[in-house]
Amino acid sequence: MPETRELTMAEAVREAMAEEMRRDPRVFICGEDIAEAGTVFKVLTGLVEEFGTERVLDTPISEAGFTGIAVGAAMTGMRPIVDIMFGDFSTLVMDQMVNQAAKVHYMSGGKWKVPMVMRATLGATRRSAAQHSQSLHAWFCHIPGLKVALPSTPYDAKGLLKSAIRDDNPVVFFEDKMMYKLKGSVPAEDYTIPFGVADVKRAGTDITIVATSSMVQVALGAAQMLEEHDVSAEVIDPRTVWPLDEKALIASAKKTSRVIVVDEGYGRYGVTAEIASVIAEGAFFDLEAPVKRIGAMHVPIPFSPPLEDATVPNEQTVFEAAKALCGR
Amino acid sequence: MTTAVDRLKTQSEIEAQQSLHMYRRMVMIRLFEEQVNDLYTRALMPGLAHLYIGEEAVAVGVCAALEPADYITSTHRGHGHCLAKGAALDRMFAELLGKEAGYCKGKGGSMHIADPDTGNLGANAIVGGSAGIATGAALSAKRLKTGQVAVCFFGDGALGQGLLYEVMNMASLWKLPVIYVCENNLYNEYTHNSETAAGDMLTRAIAFGLPALTVDGQDVRAVYQMAKGIVDRTRSGAGPTFLLCNTYRFMGHHVGDINREYYRSKQEEQMWKTERDPIHLLTDWMISQNLADRARFDQIQSEVKSEVEKAVQFAIAAPYPDRDKADQDVYA
Repeated sequence: MPETRELTMAEAVREAMAEEMRRDPRVFICGEDIAEAGTVFKVLTGLVEEFGTERVLDTPISEAGFTGIAVGAAMTGMRPIVDIMFGDFSTLVMDQMVNQAAKVHYMSGGKWKVPMVMRATLGATRRSAAQHSQSLHAWFCHIPGLKVALPSTPYDAKGLLKSAIRDDNPVVFFEDKMMYKLKGSVPAEDYTIPFGVADVKRAGTDITIVATSSMVQVALGAAQMLEEHDVSAEVIDPRTVWPLDEKALIASAKKTSRVIVVDEGYGRYGVTAEIASVIAEGAFFDLEAPVKRIGAMHVPIPFSPPLEDATVPNEQTVFEAAKALCGR
Repeated sequence: MTTAVDRLKTQSEIEAQQSLHMYRRMVMIRLFEEQVNDLYTRALMPGLAHLYIGEEAVAVGVCAALEPADYITSTHRGHGHCLAKGAALDRMFAELLGKEAGYCKGKGGSMHIADPDTGNLGANAIVGGSAGIATGAALSAKRLKTGQVAVCFFGDGALGQGLLYEVMNMASLWKLPVIYVCENNLYNEYTHNSETAAGDMLTRAIAFGLPALTVDGQDVRAVYQMAKGIVDRTRSGAGPTFLLCNTYRFMGHHVGDINREYYRSKQEEQMWKTERDPIHLLTDWMISQNLADRARFDQIQSEVKSEVEKAVQFAIAAPYPDRDKADQDVYA
């Protein structure tokens, strides 16, 4: 029996980086308060002690600057991991990610490569208000040249992050900041998870709930509630939103004939919109009902706890939507 | 036994050789750009072209001080930097015409020429957009102990971009081997920089602890000597430097910018063209020093002219990429 341990999401992420840094001396991390502080979420605690301050590089509060530096370092032989404390700060790095990192390979006719990872956080309900709570991953999915990973378990986080670090393309890796303490079993031996392969988190026959990142646990909770009402829900997690495992999503939709897509980003022009359209195009004649989308309320994230909670999909909303879709 | 006279002679021969090399490069850029202007006005070239005419001494003087493996990043006005760093005329023209044989298989065009073989990390059409890339290349050079230096070329317009200040700060903190070369051609597109840059340009870099130097960007020998000193210091681990090169864009912001009198006078342009042309300044100096005669310059001119013509013909005759190449090279 291969050895597994129970690790938190934060430990799995940290272990992925530590292993890749041991494996490849070109890998380094840069970002704000990542060394002795170990990031505000303490995800990187202990890494500077092992790898030193050159490979766990504390930067000034200059997101665009150190992301740009990572692009140049990636082009010239290093494999940087950029730590963006809050995904909301994506706004500050957009030129470097979208006009530089994503396009360098194509614009140079395939000659330069940008093997870098941008790690960031998403997710609301931490009472951090409008500029520290958004889930902006959809922005990056829109840009050819980038890949976008959204792990939902410690196992996926470790395997996907190791793949991201070994990838020769810029990868944007979003972690749900509310899930860092979530525990799950993680093998002790080396493994990676390929991009573009969805994972069925729970098999079912009556309805498919496609869920990403923070919403996978919500979907699993809703599926449990549905089971008590004799509705068998399948929960499928694409794990990477680009590349997207369209085949697996369509196959699940064809099997159950009813689909809900739930993602913590804004629904309008968002991840749920794209996935719903992929399913509508690919499984139209097998569907018993229109694909239902559930995302964050289309408002800036409010501070006041009852208001904030109202903006985020939860088990109850997913449960009710699924029940309605099944005509129960 | 070598006499003092012999040594002087050898030194002047080296100087003559070096100057003629730089002369050839400047002429190459000038004739390349004149050809681009011609292609564009004859509607043979798609898109935009921002000509480097008048600024040749900056790219040539700086790149003459670099090793082939050293890195550069360039700008939308980048043909001169690419050629000065060693790009071939035929593949440059081919890229400008969107042909498969171009440096980027026709996918980059005039504003995105990149070439790993000559250390060219790429021209960049976002003003100041390559400051991070150049600084990152310097970080790699330092970490991997390759001894390379990185030169970031940008115009005075980029002084308005925050990214530049973020990366100069980090380059200084971490003593990175990067040289920020500001080509001050006085205009941000169609606006004089007296309207865009408050205070002093050099003190921006001095604030971050960078040595900040100024050079006459029309005098290629002065640019070279200044750059040589900076490159040597940078390579030895002294950290980043800021070099302000005062120069002038003889033509418009791009080839379509014909009527320029609303932002600068014809007299001003005429003054720079007649009194401050970097090619004339070098020629006059070499003749006055008896380092070369007019015939030598004419010979180089005609050699370069025929190289340029051959390269243009190659590019015009070269095939476009197949349409099915459009979705290739998105991912490595």
